[in-house]
Amino acid sequence: MNVWIAIGATTVGCYLVKLLGLLVPAGALERPLVKRLAELLPVALLAALTAQQAFADGHALVLDARAAGLGAAAVALVLRAPFLVVVGVAVVVAAGARALTG
Amino acid sequence: MDPAERKTDSAVVRDALGVGVAVGLSGFAFGVTSAGAGLTVAQTCALSLLVFTGASQFALVGALAAGGNPLTAAAGAFFLGVRNAFYGLRLSQLLALPRAVRPFAAQWVIDETTAVALAQPTRRAIRIGFTVTGATLYVLWNLTTFLGALGAEAIGDTRTWGLDAAGPAVFLALLAPMLRTTTERAVAGLAVVLGLGLLPVLPAGVPVLVASLAAPAVLWARGRNAGTPSDTATGGGPR
Repeated sequence: MNVWIAIGATTVGCYLVKLLGLLVPAGALERPLVKRLAELLPVALLAALTAQQAFADGHALVLDARAAGLGAAAVALVLRAPFLVVVGVAVVVAAGARALTG
Repeated sequence: MDPAERKTDSAVVRDALGVGVAVGLSGFAFGVTSAGAGLTVAQTCALSLLVFTGASQFALVGALAAGGNPLTAAAGAFFLGVRNAFYGLRLSQLLALPRAVRPFAAQWVIDETTAVALAQPTRRAIRIGFTVTGATLYVLWNLTTFLGALGAEAIGDTRTWGLDAAGPAVFLALLAPMLRTTTERAVAGLAVVLGLGLLPVLPAGVPVLVASLAAPAVLWARGRNAGTPSDTATGGGPR
């Protein structure tokens, strides 16, 4: 049930912000500071999410196969690999690291 | 003579299909990650059908897997979705849609459709680019989500297959192109420190929300250093 509540809240929230942009008059949200914040907000969220999903285990910080996968993804990104390759490399390397370390 | 001015409809469709197919296939990664996080196939498919904005979907299932409160998890997903409002602002001027169509077009206002639409030279090309990218992506993203969720259930423990590394890799791939200037890098660095540092002491899901404060914090610090608040106003662009 909790999961459905989360899905419902996310659905409504995400749809309304999409619609908001199409409906409000041009210029209403175009103040430079607001725009800059809107650009930087995803940067902060994505960085925190990347770190947490790679290094968090509940409330503890751990270094496991996911870190190896993330490192491989970073290398793939530097080499300008396409999106699916980046994700694929991370999965393969993480699986390999886990197989080796047990 | 700008060759872009004469871009044919089929060239626009080709661009749009390329993006739609490449990104649409990554619904596999979402389906697998979501099933690995413990969501059912129905819940996973509902997210792709109804939310349809990838980063928010990954964030939500990650937060739920970590044991977050449903509303805290939804808040993180929502904040990630706020950028779509700004895409909508740009698109609404370029697409010039009738008001009655906007509630339907809204569901497709996401990173990829905006990127393709903004790259087009004429209103006709913008509309074609937006529609073809949106339709291709919507169909494929939902189909591959379903297949990914089914596949994950079939293979059992997704960790054995390294599939728990897909989530962070997706976030990193979305983040990397945004790290253009030192401001973005400072925000990302501070957010990582906040997100990991607060993990042991705050309830699940909350550290990510606190980490989002890195954005205003860095902007404020930059404004102070520069002495003029107006230096944050980089490139307003034409209305």
